[in-house]
Amino acid sequence: MYIMIVGGGEAGYYLAKQLVEDGHEVLVIEKDAAKCQKIADELGDIVLRGDGCEGVTLEAAGTGRADLFIALTGDDEDNLVACQVAKNKFNVRRTVARINNPKNEAIFKKLGIDTTVSSTALILANIEQELPFHPLIPLLTIKGSGLEIVEVKVPPHSAMVGKRIDELLLPQQCLITLVIDEEGTPRVPSSDTSIRAGDEVVAVCRRETEDALRAVLTTPARETE
Amino acid sequence: MGCGRVGAELAALLDYEGQEVTILDIDPDAFGQLPPDFKGNCVVGNGIDQDVLQRVGLAEADAFVAVTPGDNRNVMASQIAKHIFGVPRVVCRIFDPIREELYHSLGLETISPTREVARLLKEALERKPAETPRGEG
Repeated sequence: MYIMIVGGGEAGYYLAKQLVEDGHEVLVIEKDAAKCQKIADELGDIVLRGDGCEGVTLEAAGTGRADLFIALTGDDEDNLVACQVAKNKFNVRRTVARINNPKNEAIFKKLGIDTTVSSTALILANIEQELPFHPLIPLLTIKGSGLEIVEVKVPPHSAMVGKRIDELLLPQQCLITLVIDEEGTPRVPSSDTSIRAGDEVVAVCRRETEDALRAVLTTPARETE
Repeated sequence: MGCGRVGAELAALLDYEGQEVTILDIDPDAFGQLPPDFKGNCVVGNGIDQDVLQRVGLAEADAFVAVTPGDNRNVMASQIAKHIFGVPRVVCRIFDPIREELYHSLGLETISPTREVARLLKEALERKPAETPRGEG
């Protein structure tokens, strides 16, 4: 396959390297002379210096016979235009664009780019699996005591929204010390203070009860309720 | 979108005509180019960010003009305005005549200053020196 890559930064370099090893014909288009030199030194004569959005450059690169066109620069608008030029002027069948703003995925689809890869979206998807939703943020560890001061944000769908503090089934040795509402106004709570959506709850708890505290404040209300 | 020389000039012209104008630029200092009595709305923000365009009320706009120095930014913003927000009138400046031709053929209303100015200069050269230049050349 003849694969063209626009953008010879880190991503472009390593992708080109892998594709060359897999036996494909690869051409990297890169504006920066130093990056071009590095690719040429390491991977051989597979780099063309120029602007991958320019018709003239793409013509010289033989874009018309490319099987796959991948735009990997750091700028979403450049990747969009490079792919659109490849597709509409040179009839490249498959185009892939890297995007930084995950919201551009839908826009690019609508504007005819076959595939988008968003590193931001990939990283987000990974950390959302690793981290609990609306994580508890440790603010301060009180040395030698096993106690911590932590902050938990109450999500809008939490079952505790509207409940009073004395109705919460808090873990042992856990004390809610401050409630900061969405406007940023702090309240020192009493037992009848009610929890509102978006509140930031600051509490003192033992490290081992962190998860239980987070669960109390963030577990969603059942849909039947 | 884009408060450079052309953007500021156009915004001021439309403002004097009594149009409701919002001008967008990523650089807060750019608005210094506007005349002091400019009554329109100046917004600092990235014109290729859908959220920013939403916030400035692009969905209610009657027209959108992209005149940043970057052809690709103009192209992307114009396509978002036209195809995502459904703005009835979108005009996009593209310096590169090749790209201008392509996006024109794809249905975008485009102007290439490079081509237009070259044409005007050629016409000026071809006129007899005594002849008074006409506005439209």
